[in-house]
Amino acid sequence: MLYTLYSTLHPKGWTVDLLVQNSNESFALIMVSMAQTVPVLTGGLDLSVGPIMTMTNCIASVLVSGNPGALVGGIALCLAAGALAGFVNGCIVVFGRIQPIIATLATGAVYIGFSLLLRPTPGGKVDENLAWVATNAFSEMDTTFHWFPDGAPGWFTHTVGLAPVPILLILLIVALVWLPFRNTVTGRGCYAVGSSEGAAYMSGLQVWRSKVAAYTLGGLFAAFGGLYLALQTGTGNADIPQAGAYTLNSIAAVVVGGTSLFGGSGGAIGSIFGALVLRSISFCFRVFDTEGPLGFLANPLLQPIFEGVILLLAVSLGAARVFRVKNRLTLFT
Amino acid sequence: MSLLRAIDRPTLIAGSFIVVILFAGTVYTVLTQGTATFIEPTYLLQQAKIAAFLGIVAAGMMIVILLGHIDLSVPWTIAASAMLATAVGGAWAIPVGLGVGLAVGLVNGLGVAFLRVPSMIFTLGVNAVLRGLMVMLTGGFAPQSDATKVMIWIAAGEPLGVANSVLVWALISVVLVFMLTRTPLGRYIYATGNREAATYLSGINTRLVLIAGFVICSLCASLSGLLIAGYASKAFQAMGDVYLLPAIAAVVVGGTNILGGQGRYSGTVVGTILIVLLQSVLSVAQMPEAGRQIIYGVVIIVMLLAYGRGSAARA
Repeated sequence: MLYTLYSTLHPKGWTVDLLVQNSNESFALIMVSMAQTVPVLTGGLDLSVGPIMTMTNCIASVLVSGNPGALVGGIALCLAAGALAGFVNGCIVVFGRIQPIIATLATGAVYIGFSLLLRPTPGGKVDENLAWVATNAFSEMDTTFHWFPDGAPGWFTHTVGLAPVPILLILLIVALVWLPFRNTVTGRGCYAVGSSEGAAYMSGLQVWRSKVAAYTLGGLFAAFGGLYLALQTGTGNADIPQAGAYTLNSIAAVVVGGTSLFGGSGGAIGSIFGALVLRSISFCFRVFDTEGPLGFLANPLLQPIFEGVILLLAVSLGAARVFRVKNRLTLFT
Repeated sequence: MSLLRAIDRPTLIAGSFIVVILFAGTVYTVLTQGTATFIEPTYLLQQAKIAAFLGIVAAGMMIVILLGHIDLSVPWTIAASAMLATAVGGAWAIPVGLGVGLAVGLVNGLGVAFLRVPSMIFTLGVNAVLRGLMVMLTGGFAPQSDATKVMIWIAAGEPLGVANSVLVWALISVVLVFMLTRTPLGRYIYATGNREAATYLSGINTRLVLIAGFVICSLCASLSGLLIAGYASKAFQAMGDVYLLPAIAAVVVGGTNILGGQGRYSGTVVGTILIVLLQSVLSVAQMPEAGRQIIYGVVIIVMLLAYGRGSAARA
């Protein structure tokens, strides 16, 4: 709804360009929010999603260039590095038995350290063709790689071709990674562990396996985000404030997306919309006419406070249940 | 033996680690420069002065963590109170700064205790609102950001040979230790952190306890903001951002359970000193930022593996 408002107000209106640009800006946050969702489902929290994203961003800026073979290898290595980082988180949480919030806080510092080792200053480059293709409408894929030697057929340019690649990528990741994972025993175990770890253990579930898998998957999603950020900006940047901002926004997106911070209910698809809501809010502020009745909303100095207030209101909406409870004891559970 | 038993294990391990850091640092400086910088009193006093800022933030954070919550609004509470205090200036600077802390603490407490929003997300929102407010009020630049003379004196004056900020830290510590161990409020805080439902059924108004905890935390943060502004002789945007994670780390390294209900104040003090010294020794040893971050993270994990392990999942 917010996004419709934004698009109608935007001088360019509903165009592919606009959609492409916005989905580009949202992609990394969406991936990081999905990354955050999985550990949260198990009742944990991953403060290292931002750092993992930054780390893969830096790795990508070193590796993803050169011939096609090197490109594929580089991408695979980036994703593997992210998953490995997540796996380490999972192992520390499960076998070290350290609280997730503090364990990932510490590993986050380590991952930022690795990023700084790779990229003490922003720089590096990624393959330009790949970057161009990944950040534009799908039809560009044809013009760049010449799939159709005698020009693209009409059905292609007018239907599928209009979809921005980032949106397609998200659909692909959801369909090929998240949905299959959720339906495995391990994936459903994540929900069970989040609902009640003791009950999950007593039911004979491999609690440790679900937890380690959740953090590993979180690392993998964060790696997608970092990789895409590298494609989008064309550089690697070990930016500590940026990593922190992504981590905090991902928690907000998870909550807005309907996943319980106590674990056990919600899902990655909700977080996608949560991230979109957060992004749409800031998009909206850009387009309000400064002269119009809502002009004061467009004042750049006021934007941060509106974003904060809306975030606060969004999370307080869940408080409605407090006023319905009959027995105050139920509040504490 | 009785003395050893009085000091709990986390404090002991963290304390010995401080000695190890100092020893390693001294060996390094003796080898490279031929001086033992790290064990000279001037260096240690200087470090204590810097540790005071983090120590006061961590003290407040500890109260909230003992309650089983967390306060992520600390960075901009620090910045907002320092910026408003310097903007007002004059005799009202310090009351205004502490007033900001009081107000933020009340909002946090009301949101967590009455609305039952998870503290992590609510204080995150409050942090964003505070940042927005500051940007709105100052228009991106500070109209007047110079610290008043009193603030500078409290932060950096040394009438007794020790920086005043250290004395403030010591005073806060004494008050908090007294509060935690000798007053009903202290017991309520531990009880609420252990199991809020049981505490509520015992006839304690846990909502007020929660609000009190958040107010104490925000007051400590704003006090620290005033001290930092006095030390740097001005307030600036984002001045609090570097204090949030080290404060949480200091509390947890000091043996406080992040889930609440357990922990001693002495541990937090030792944790603060550990983190400040670690950062300082690594920067004196000219370790690049990358290595510093890695060592910092590894040290926290190793310390926690030594004593912060939870119990295994059983029904």
